[in-house]
Amino acid sequence: MILIVAEQANGKLSKSTYEMVQAARDVGRDAPVTVLVLGSGVASVAVEAAKIAHQVLVADLTALEHYDPELWSAAVAQIATEGEASLVLIGGGRAGREFSPRVAVKLDAALIEDAIAIQDEQGSIVAERYSFLARVTERVRAISPVVVVTLKPGAYAPASAMPEAAEQFDVELNLPARRVQVTGRESVKTGRVSLTEAEMVVAGGRGVGTAEGFTALVEGLADQLGAAVGATRAVVDAGWRPYSEQVGQTGKTVQPKVYWAIGISGAVQHLSGMGKSKLIVAINRDADAPIFKVADYGIVGDVKEIVPAIIEKLRS
Amino acid sequence: MRILSVIRQVLDAEENVRIADDRVDLASSKLVIDSMDEYGVEEALRLRERLPEVEVIVMAVGPERTEAALRTALALGADRAILVETSEALDVIAVSSVVAQVAQREQVDLVLCGGQQADWDCQGLGAAVAERLHWPQATWTTQLAIDGTAVTGKHDVDDGTETFAFALPAVITTQQGLNEPRYPTLPNIMKAKKKELKREPLDGFSATPRLKLLHAEVQVKERLRVMIDGKKDPAASAAQLVEVLRKEARVLA
Repeated sequence: MILIVAEQANGKLSKSTYEMVQAARDVGRDAPVTVLVLGSGVASVAVEAAKIAHQVLVADLTALEHYDPELWSAAVAQIATEGEASLVLIGGGRAGREFSPRVAVKLDAALIEDAIAIQDEQGSIVAERYSFLARVTERVRAISPVVVVTLKPGAYAPASAMPEAAEQFDVELNLPARRVQVTGRESVKTGRVSLTEAEMVVAGGRGVGTAEGFTALVEGLADQLGAAVGATRAVVDAGWRPYSEQVGQTGKTVQPKVYWAIGISGAVQHLSGMGKSKLIVAINRDADAPIFKVADYGIVGDVKEIVPAIIEKLRS
Repeated sequence: MRILSVIRQVLDAEENVRIADDRVDLASSKLVIDSMDEYGVEEALRLRERLPEVEVIVMAVGPERTEAALRTALALGADRAILVETSEALDVIAVSSVVAQVAQREQVDLVLCGGQQADWDCQGLGAAVAERLHWPQATWTTQLAIDGTAVTGKHDVDDGTETFAFALPAVITTQQGLNEPRYPTLPNIMKAKKKELKREPLDGFSATPRLKLLHAEVQVKERLRVMIDGKKDPAASAAQLVEVLRKEARVLA
């Protein structure tokens, strides 16, 4: 079977789970698509998963209320072994990227991280992914019978519903004791669409001038467009914005339909996080800024004059 | 306490990527210690400054040239270095096996490595090493304190941050924000030349490759590069942009 570990948030399947199901359908293996739902109070998530999978396995346990890499990897490896899974798909968020290596080691499997395409070639999994700060596209072949893959968010279109809802089965798990005590949580709630799932991202760099300038220009435009907000490392280092908004080598990688770069010069480290965006719009006062080399549409000018004019135009 | 800091030698981000024979060609390119790994080296040194009797070992798995990166780490202050030498481009899972074997042999209490390295763009090394050693892990750490065997710290998760606590031995992955890495000084560069740098062949370790690289290329996406002058009449340029995004690109309603 192909085992997919559901990614979820707030009682809903994440978009990435739909994308993993599509990848499983496209891979070209005649194997049932099984979605594993782990958590506590996840009945509604399992019902949602049943609409797109051939089979849904559910572990609804209080022990799984909060994510832990050791618990998650133990659960996934156990289910993969019992179901003789040849391919395990895990979401490309922080958690998935963190527990998937443990699953691969437990299963003595190959690990392909952040794949943008996977296929079966004569029985082995071949994947495409980016490397060298996303400047290189590479093709790799897994040389092991079992393969663990994390999928880059946005690489596949979300799967559509199946004609019939799949059966759900409860699973028994042998879980290890939790060793990592989480002593505090701080979640960043913005009310905006999440950065890695957004179809449109408005990002700002030092060129917006100040933290207040960022709020007025970048957040102002993002809210007008219903877009997510991104920032460069310089802006995060200056304390204007939280790290969760950082796009680039040391932050998040995004691939939206439209990426607005406001006052961003376009350092390699930033380009590695957004260079694959379908359409890039850049506004910067320096006509020689590297960002214009990757921009589809660019305005050379003062962001403080141009961005408010764009917001005004969009409102009218 | 003994700390193992794992580094990779990667292409300097400012350098262009060159391809030869379907592979990235690093010959004659400027190579550096991966910046995320560097936060791990720095943290190990700071822990040594704060805690009694800490030894810092820095290690890498890579070709002969990796020696230069290890020498730099020694110049930063690491006590000794181990290079497991191979010309093969091993995947994360294979490298994790070598690191775990070194960690066991050297009886280390803490393994530090970067959250992601700039050559393979992979995040899995720390977690895979932790799994092989059956140790707990914390990834993307931005604050770290150790008292006896008690580890506490703060790290980034999908939707924010968490503070955590667990006991050594453990694996920690490092990133920007954890510290400000130092630069090597000339006297320390001189001193580093006398420090132990042990080169060992990969043959001495078990490391089964799990991935085979078939092909690598630089795909440059063709961009429209339509430029609008916004200096003379900002409002007109804004209107023009909105117009093309609506009518030509059709990405705005």
